[in-house]
Amino acid sequence: MKFQNLMASTGEWLRGEGPHHQVVVSSRVRLARNLRNRAFPGWAKKAERTIILELIKPRVEELPEMQEPFSELLQDLSALEKQVLVERHLISREHAAKSVGSAVIMNRKQTLSVMVNEEDHLRMQSIRSGLQLRQAFKLVDKVDSALEGKLDFAYDTKLGYLTACPTNVGTGMRASAMLHLPGLVLSDLINQVIQAVNKIGLAVRGLYGEGTEAMGNLFQISNQTTLGEKEEEIISRLNKVIETIIEKEQDARQVLIQKRPNTLWDQIGRAYGLLTYAHAMTSKEALNLLSVVKLGIDLGAFPEDKRLGIDQLFIETQPAHLQKSTQQKLNAEERDHFRAQIIRERLKSFPKPDISKVAREPETGDSEPEKHE
Amino acid sequence: MQKVNLCEGCSKEKGVQDPTGFALADLLLGIGAAEEIEKGGSSTRCPVCGFTQADFKKTGRLGCSSCYVAFAEGLNSLLKAMHKGTAHVGKLPSRAQKTLALSDRMKTLTEDLRKAVQEENYETAAALRDEIKQLESQLAGSK
Repeated sequence: MKFQNLMASTGEWLRGEGPHHQVVVSSRVRLARNLRNRAFPGWAKKAERTIILELIKPRVEELPEMQEPFSELLQDLSALEKQVLVERHLISREHAAKSVGSAVIMNRKQTLSVMVNEEDHLRMQSIRSGLQLRQAFKLVDKVDSALEGKLDFAYDTKLGYLTACPTNVGTGMRASAMLHLPGLVLSDLINQVIQAVNKIGLAVRGLYGEGTEAMGNLFQISNQTTLGEKEEEIISRLNKVIETIIEKEQDARQVLIQKRPNTLWDQIGRAYGLLTYAHAMTSKEALNLLSVVKLGIDLGAFPEDKRLGIDQLFIETQPAHLQKSTQQKLNAEERDHFRAQIIRERLKSFPKPDISKVAREPETGDSEPEKHE
Repeated sequence: MQKVNLCEGCSKEKGVQDPTGFALADLLLGIGAAEEIEKGGSSTRCPVCGFTQADFKKTGRLGCSSCYVAFAEGLNSLLKAMHKGTAHVGKLPSRAQKTLALSDRMKTLTEDLRKAVQEENYETAAALRDEIKQLESQLAGSK
């Protein structure tokens, strides 16, 4: 599969059809594995990295899950193409910085992606839309079991799977979900939630993982520890916490509708106005405003059939996607103009926010609406 | 925040030479991580890949899977502070499952042998010893 085809079709998770999709954008599970007695990628010399790559890559490509895969060596991808993959969460930012001796292999549906020689020799990731951590784990676990028969993974009876960083040792598993939490942000409750989540040993991060800013009211929540707990236990613990956060988010939205309707409609109206009429917009501003419009759709202020268009804009307005679609390199100012133009065009057929619809029948999505008299 | 990439020479010139500034291990794994590893003192260099404690201090990453053996002492307390437990309870590779079954069998046999010797049942003991030897070579092969 060529990069062009990959670019043309959005991944399954971008279509946003999974359970609890109003709050949970996507679920990801990744497993880290290494070959026994081979230097980890960060310590291996170029020649050894290449040997490791040649051992692993064909084994991954021959997996039944990887029919007609997108498989590229990192040195054969342009900086822009790598960035597109980062924006789709198909490779990490760290992997995008790699070149000779590293590769990425993914399936056509973009639900399974395997990085070779990232921080570990193998990083296998499954990504699904909505809250589907169990399904994501199932796929990546199956792939791991198939590969372990063909590759000699570094495994210790006491410590489990051995990884380059001691923070990943044991299961080598990181399970994470991307949550859209505008209600909690608008109600100034988000910091409380983040603190509570941190306290129970889970991490909350921004849009692109470690050390990144929270934009578009998007937050990633993931397990911190990998040793001393079974994979299924980690996932069910994470699931429970996410379900609680979904409830809190829905509650926050209801409180906003009931107690602070003016603030809410003001935010939605401003977001609509700016997105419809602005001629220059940074990706951060775009994400923040699109987030509020997405909230408007959740609440019923905009028609449901406009959801996909907005969800797609979250990705299409990211810097690399923008430049890849125009086929030319743009400077920051040109990008901001072009971004605003794309958004204006997409919102042409977008009706004005209809607040009356929300007041009559609050759309609470996944959880039961609370009864207010 | 502004990110500046400096080479070794420039960093010295600019006075960025505070050794603690380069203890990435502390930054990534929590303060004290780098020292913890040094306390271990079991070995300073991994015999398989040549990675040193100083390298760990600098990068916060290990060199290869054998580093876990070479730096075991220091790593143990580090892992204890970092994780829920100190032993893996999750997935076993099927190869490890076989090894586990073999080593369980080994335990039983060793115990039986001890009893047989105690009871001066030398015929049984000899048979057990043969079986243990066979199992030992199987275990060595599966590792």
